[in-house]
Amino acid sequence: MADNNGNKAHPNGLPRIGFYICHCGSNIAGTIDVAEVAKYVAGLPGVVVSRDYKYMCSDPGQEMIAQDIKEHKLERLVVAACSPNLHEETFRKAAAKGGLNSFFFQMVNIREHDAWVHEDKKAATVKAKDLARAAVYRVRFHQPLEKKQVPVDPNVLVVGGGIAGIHAALTLANAGKKVTLVERESTIGGHMAAFDKTFPTLDCAACILTPKMSAVKSHPNITLWTYSEVAKVEGYVGNYKVTVKRKPRYVKEDLCVGCMECIDACVFKEPKFADKFNQGLGKRKPVYIDFPQATPKVVLIDPETCIQMKTGKCKKSCVEACDRDAIDFTQKEEVKELQVGAIILATGFKTFDAKREPHYGYGRYPGVFTALEIERLVNASGPTSGEVVLRDGKHPKAVGIIHCVGSRDEKTNKWCSRVCCMYSLKLAHLIKEHSGAEVYNFYIDIRAAGKACEEFYDKLLSEGVHFIRGRVAEVTDWAMTPEEEGKLVLRVEDTLAGFVRRVPVDMVVLATGLEPQADAQEVRRRFNIGCGNEGFFQERHPKLAPVNTFTDGIFIAGACQAPKDIPDTVAQAGAAAAEALVLIDAGHVELEPNTSHVVEEECCGCKSCVPLCPYSAITFDESKKKAQINEVLCKGCGVCAAACPSGSIRQNLFEDEEIFSEIEGVLSK
Amino acid sequence: MPDKPKVAFYWCASCGGCEEAVVDLAEDILKVVEAVDIVLWPVAMDFKKADVEVRPDKSIAVAFINGAVRTSEQEEWVHMLRRKAQLVVSFGACANSGGIPALANQFKKEEILKYVYEDCPGVDNPSKTRPQLETVNEGRTVTLPEFRNMVRSLDQVIEVDYYLPGCPPTPKLIMNAVQAILAGKLPAKGTVLSPDNALCEECKRKDSKPADLALTEFKRPHQVHIDPEKCLLAQGLVCMGPATRAGCEARCPEGNMPCTGCFGPSSRVRDQGAKFVSSVFSNIAPKEVEEIDKVLDGIPDPIGTFYRYGLSKCILRRKLN
Amino acid sequence: MNQHPTQPAQPPADGGFEPRIVAFFCNWCTYTAADLAGVSRLKYAPNVRVIRVMCSGRVDPQFVLDAFAKGADGVLLGGCHPGDCHYAEGNYKTLRRMRMLERMLRDMGIKDGRFRLEWISGAEGEKVKTTVNDMVAKVRALGPLDLPGKFREWDKEMEELEVRVGSADGKEVAHAR
Repeated sequence: MADNNGNKAHPNGLPRIGFYICHCGSNIAGTIDVAEVAKYVAGLPGVVVSRDYKYMCSDPGQEMIAQDIKEHKLERLVVAACSPNLHEETFRKAAAKGGLNSFFFQMVNIREHDAWVHEDKKAATVKAKDLARAAVYRVRFHQPLEKKQVPVDPNVLVVGGGIAGIHAALTLANAGKKVTLVERESTIGGHMAAFDKTFPTLDCAACILTPKMSAVKSHPNITLWTYSEVAKVEGYVGNYKVTVKRKPRYVKEDLCVGCMECIDACVFKEPKFADKFNQGLGKRKPVYIDFPQATPKVVLIDPETCIQMKTGKCKKSCVEACDRDAIDFTQKEEVKELQVGAIILATGFKTFDAKREPHYGYGRYPGVFTALEIERLVNASGPTSGEVVLRDGKHPKAVGIIHCVGSRDEKTNKWCSRVCCMYSLKLAHLIKEHSGAEVYNFYIDIRAAGKACEEFYDKLLSEGVHFIRGRVAEVTDWAMTPEEEGKLVLRVEDTLAGFVRRVPVDMVVLATGLEPQADAQEVRRRFNIGCGNEGFFQERHPKLAPVNTFTDGIFIAGACQAPKDIPDTVAQAGAAAAEALVLIDAGHVELEPNTSHVVEEECCGCKSCVPLCPYSAITFDESKKKAQINEVLCKGCGVCAAACPSGSIRQNLFEDEEIFSEIEGVLSK
Repeated sequence: MPDKPKVAFYWCASCGGCEEAVVDLAEDILKVVEAVDIVLWPVAMDFKKADVEVRPDKSIAVAFINGAVRTSEQEEWVHMLRRKAQLVVSFGACANSGGIPALANQFKKEEILKYVYEDCPGVDNPSKTRPQLETVNEGRTVTLPEFRNMVRSLDQVIEVDYYLPGCPPTPKLIMNAVQAILAGKLPAKGTVLSPDNALCEECKRKDSKPADLALTEFKRPHQVHIDPEKCLLAQGLVCMGPATRAGCEARCPEGNMPCTGCFGPSSRVRDQGAKFVSSVFSNIAPKEVEEIDKVLDGIPDPIGTFYRYGLSKCILRRKLN
Repeated sequence: MNQHPTQPAQPPADGGFEPRIVAFFCNWCTYTAADLAGVSRLKYAPNVRVIRVMCSGRVDPQFVLDAFAKGADGVLLGGCHPGDCHYAEGNYKTLRRMRMLERMLRDMGIKDGRFRLEWISGAEGEKVKTTVNDMVAKVRALGPLDLPGKFREWDKEMEELEVRVGSADGKEVAHAR
């Protein structure tokens, strides 16, 4: 039955309210007449105790509350003092000590919001009375609530086996946790495995990476599943159920020792098929391994090019050559399930598709290469054994490196990809070192932030690399002078010199930027996390929580969160591992009770609420045709409660009745 | 033989649709007529005010009053019926929340009178004559009721026991109400006699509503070819269904038109228009102010759209002018 | 010493109209900023009464209307800047709803400036001060809204008849309005 103001009246008459106003020394009492406020509140309906006291948060202050609750049989508690962000917990505990449910309590901020910000003492006292009255009206509608506890499964899933995933997995495994590392490719290593040297130290990428890859393989706490993908994720923080699909390699992983005799014995005498690891610059056979240090060291068979798999008619010399009997053409996809408490996503990046800048001629002019292609060229174990040569085998005498391809561009990607300047400098150095060619770098700005990076740039300046500040407008083979015949000409405005240049080179290197993986949206939905506008995974807070996501229990690390270099990636991977450890070692998660819930009988199934929750806490039960909220996932924002068009969602501690009563309280005269 | 319970029907500022709804009971009306004694029904029977005035207080079992209250005559009548009846049922959207007449609360009384008696095309009134409260003609005084400044719902004038929602209430709901009254099986005072869920519960298009609605524009019914199976809101039409009480079995959506909210809100909502705004605009796609505004431009008359039947019950009650 | 341009003109010495403003502040940004203003001992007009919500997205337009109907001369809604919402996108829902609410308030004759949506981040204590002072000055210039008084005034037109018909329920009726 509604009373005058549409409020639903308390069923048993008004609950007994205890009101306390704190002097806070002179912080509050110096401006507000606390005794007057206490006297005023004593006269409000339902208030049976109304006191003022010097320091409510002190032990005697809290004791007084506990005493009064027992002695005066208080059913509600209101404390007017400092900000709830400071002492709400304190007084909730005090209430509990007195035997009163912690959430039958409302705090009034008369210090930060009143005494400290107003000079007019009379006005400040009136304001304190208004705020106190509002709390007294509100607290009548409070319900008894409990903080929920859910246990946390101690196992962890790491998705992505690049340097980020590897480091996170090792950190957790070394801390004694059981980790499953799932990687889509047939080997871990990620992009870093394809690099030659890393900036600014010029360490050999493989040399620093392979020991870590090895450690992953041999670690007793790590289960390594390569050539596998996460297909489904269910559950919530501390209790995730994950389905993983393992693709068939047609080779039994536990039997193969990586001797590669099968590759030698293959009926294809020469490798014939474009080799993905070498960016298509090299060739492989249908049975192959990505690179000699691939981990796990297990070959795999490509069903699209293997004669046996395509026609069923082959000598199968590979089977003959294998004395471990590891080849199995009948192998099927395996579906595995695991339970984990935390998940770390380290799925990395993809490079910008250079074909999207047709004026740079990639794919049209054979002399145009991407940066990753050059990494493989300069690498001693690459398709040319480290020789910098064009696709026709000729040695380039002049090389142009174009920065910001697919970065800092209104038409493609607006962001700066962070690493391209540094890797362009690195490639400039390596190309010059390997080939002696003239190297020209065409840049907008040189971004050499990071430890030792500026110094690296400096060094390069003294090595005779040419730097032209200007965005290359076009790569063309249209010669205007005899010197340009047979060359690729880069047309660029040299903005420092102030005129347009034509720079003829033999080889063009495009410093392609970093983008989210092609399936980033799909993946993030699978894990119930968000993506920013650019498509990278969304961190909980750009400064204060860069590896957490808005979904508890799911963490991100590395380039999947935003473009970054290896040092930052490793740092983030360690951070994500630490966050996962925090969750696991706590053993359980405690949840604030200001969550929302759907009142089932009232819900009409209009689905208005379902898309509103960034934590995917709201789902639609198809059998009941009603919405439901997972209290564990709900973070208590209340957006759904406001949006429910029939008023069928309640947010604990912020119910409509509570807020309406507060509005009435502050305004009633 | 005991007297049959007496029933009164009265209409205030109304269109007559609620009367027709009673007639729409068809054969069922015979059951009603058999069980009760109708002592007032201006549209159908010849009882006069004096006939009601002489009755003792509380001698009428139930008075069904429809129409909004706009004039002093209507106020007089409803006060009288309140005295004479044990139960007063607020019948239909106009009585419940002001109905269509309440849209007049956007205008000043003077604006309305000036338009009706002077500016309206087709009005020939060069002397700008206005109706007077009192006129003497051939020695006799003729009076007109006072035209109030505000359109009110019934419960803003008298105390109401129950509410029958709808524009008009459906025959089924009317029948249920009458039977409940006759059997004495009524819920708590003040209850709306219709399910307390929203309309989507009853709508056949519910399954086609996506769970990830992100509207990019709003269209009016004449601007689109309305798909007869798909959820109307999902088609960009302003369907008030989610914010409207169920009970009509979603007739308008079945007739391929969006719900306009005539049943009012659920009991948990104080202001239907505001709540609908809270809901539907949470589900639009844009994030930038300019793009949001473009979507909002698709609803050129928000007051008329969201408070079509309920402006008297808007928390603000009327336009400040 | 230069007066900050948005400092309110001094309120009338004889105690003229002092606006009453209800503010809904989101816990993580605006409420925290108001705390910061307090810690920094910034001084601003005492006309605002803050109601704390976890997210500006909890604010139902019904609350805004109810605040006006119960006597607020102004309503201030404070949330995190777009893109920074503690709950990812709650403030976008706020923005969308409130852009429409602003139109409706205008259509219902409530002048611009009485309802204000302001994005204030947790570090912007100063902005709390300037926003409050600015809003108090603007609402003071607009004058009292006093909807409760207006409701009583509007309903006076029925009084004479209520008395004449001896309607005892004239008093009971008050609750339904």
